[in-house]
Amino acid sequence: MAGATCGDAESRELKAESWEPKAESHTTVTDHLLSVRNLTTVFDVGPRPLVAVDDVSFDLARGETLGLVGESGSGKSVTAFSILRLLQSPGRVAGGQVIFNGRDLAALPEREMRQVRGAGIGFVFQEPMAALNPVLRVGTQIAESLIVHGLATRREARTRAVDLLRAVRITDPEARVDDYPHQLSGGMRQRVMLAVALACRPPLVTADEPTTALDVTVQAQILELLRDMQREFNLALLLITHDLGVIAETADRVAVMYAGRLVEQGPVRDILRAPAHPYTQGLLASIPGARAGSRLQAIEGVVPSLTSVPPGCAFAPRCAHRMDVCDTVMPPESWITPDHRVRCHLHPAPTDAPASESRTH
Amino acid sequence: MALVEVDRLVKHFSRGGGLFQPASVVRAVDDVSFAIEAGETFGLVGESGSGKSTTGRAMLRLLEPTSGAVRFQGEDVLQFSRARMRAARREMQMVFQDPYSSLNPRMRAVDIVEEPLVIHRIGTAAARRAKVADLFTLVGLDPAHLARYPHEFSGGQRQRIGLARALALEPKFIIADEPVSALDVSIQAQVINLLMDLQQRLQLTYLFIAHDLRLVRHICTRVAVMYLGKIVEMGETERLFATPQHPYTRALLSAVPVLDPDAPRLRVELDPASFNRDAPLRDVGDRHYAAV
Repeated sequence: MAGATCGDAESRELKAESWEPKAESHTTVTDHLLSVRNLTTVFDVGPRPLVAVDDVSFDLARGETLGLVGESGSGKSVTAFSILRLLQSPGRVAGGQVIFNGRDLAALPEREMRQVRGAGIGFVFQEPMAALNPVLRVGTQIAESLIVHGLATRREARTRAVDLLRAVRITDPEARVDDYPHQLSGGMRQRVMLAVALACRPPLVTADEPTTALDVTVQAQILELLRDMQREFNLALLLITHDLGVIAETADRVAVMYAGRLVEQGPVRDILRAPAHPYTQGLLASIPGARAGSRLQAIEGVVPSLTSVPPGCAFAPRCAHRMDVCDTVMPPESWITPDHRVRCHLHPAPTDAPASESRTH
Repeated sequence: MALVEVDRLVKHFSRGGGLFQPASVVRAVDDVSFAIEAGETFGLVGESGSGKSTTGRAMLRLLEPTSGAVRFQGEDVLQFSRARMRAARREMQMVFQDPYSSLNPRMRAVDIVEEPLVIHRIGTAAARRAKVADLFTLVGLDPAHLARYPHEFSGGQRQRIGLARALALEPKFIIADEPVSALDVSIQAQVINLLMDLQQRLQLTYLFIAHDLRLVRHICTRVAVMYLGKIVEMGETERLFATPQHPYTRALLSAVPVLDPDAPRLRVELDPASFNRDAPLRDVGDRHYAAV
């Protein structure tokens, strides 16, 4: 808010425009900031490629928060890395499109992709200590992205770094700007990570488990900061987490991943109050809190390994509602409401395509 | 009489202390007292650095406490000789947080679970093997997998191996230090259910060290909240959660995310100046104590 980027926003916008489409004219059908279509990511290990992200599609509007939920190994982080084209061999995107601001990121030359990273899409990782350079002052690290993207001269950059540290509510930013990461607490480091992510005013930030390593009181502060930043910068947020509590506090929409596939997505209230997929139901039921001392409703079994994903519904072996069809046929996407979609044989696909008007049941 | 009584436990770590620099002392556990009744699940909660894990380790003398007493069935284990302490550990066992680093990767599951029996020279080899198979079944593992190595098990299964090992000596008291925090939510529930089942079947008493307040509220009968080495509040779980008295407890409880997106967020910020860190615990009624 106040003083986040003092005055030189105009000069920034001039330069930033080079990678943004000149007009919305050649943007196709959607007005979404990010559209992921049939994204498929594989790892080339062993005789057959392992499918880590399988035909994943979702949209993210400007200013919106999409929570991508899943357990470890579900493919949520690989999805983010695929979007940012940060995958390293043997991982590779095998299919699908990532349309950001009207342009297919897969088709961009690496030089332009580097512009998108940081200036288009900022990112925050789970372990700020691992993501920040331990031998550089935090101010230098914030300044670096501004200089690389041509948004500030070396001299301006320091002032901008101080402003950004102030924007992420770091007290005494003039002093902290010269600190090294190890001099800061975990919560402060995550604030610095956010300052780095926001430095070039990207319209989208991807945050991968941003609060998982933090204590609950610090987590609360960082979540509040994310919400504030989102309001102030009209930021779209792709929030990757395993914690449905974090989702409830932050997300507008939720996408649930299981074994590389999106099994359910929809508005946060629909997903948390009326989950349609048995996996989502199970996840919610396994959270303690219903009745003290009672048995928790565990989901039996374990997440399948990538080498042995069942041919039908990947969740079938653990599902209390399993039917014969589930073992062999991958459930198609069906619709509870136009905005609440699920892949489960309990919810057969409607015969006609979803109408844009309200379509309940 | 309480099964376990921790009485004015102190653990200081000294740091630094070079030629030109005086040593500084970190008061990791600073005059902590509580008692655990037989059959209960006593929760010790707090954030990182609060001293909750150090308290647990000092109780089993995995770290030597600086001062204080830990009475188990009336006897102060801190005064025990090494031999006596080793014998006492049959009754008091620990389950660790990280099932990935707490099991020896070069040992087969069967050997990991059998090892305490070997160390304490219990039974013949054949009897021990039979016992290990029983323990495997008890914790919900398939005895057909006895010869596997830790990496061949999932995180939840590994935590079951750690639990089987802790149960091998048929202890009365188990300290579980963040036993499920490294596990996925759906697997956490399996392990928590197992812990509750075993408690009933084997009449176990737990000290449950955790930072997840939802979990603590679910399984603990009583809770102590630690902050910077001290217990700031202690009481029956429902009472403490419903009417927290200490500013830190209030801040901590208010920070827990609520699953309802429409629930009002009543975040309480902690103002360290709002309370006296040296205030003693005071009875606020109904076995509820707070340092206010």
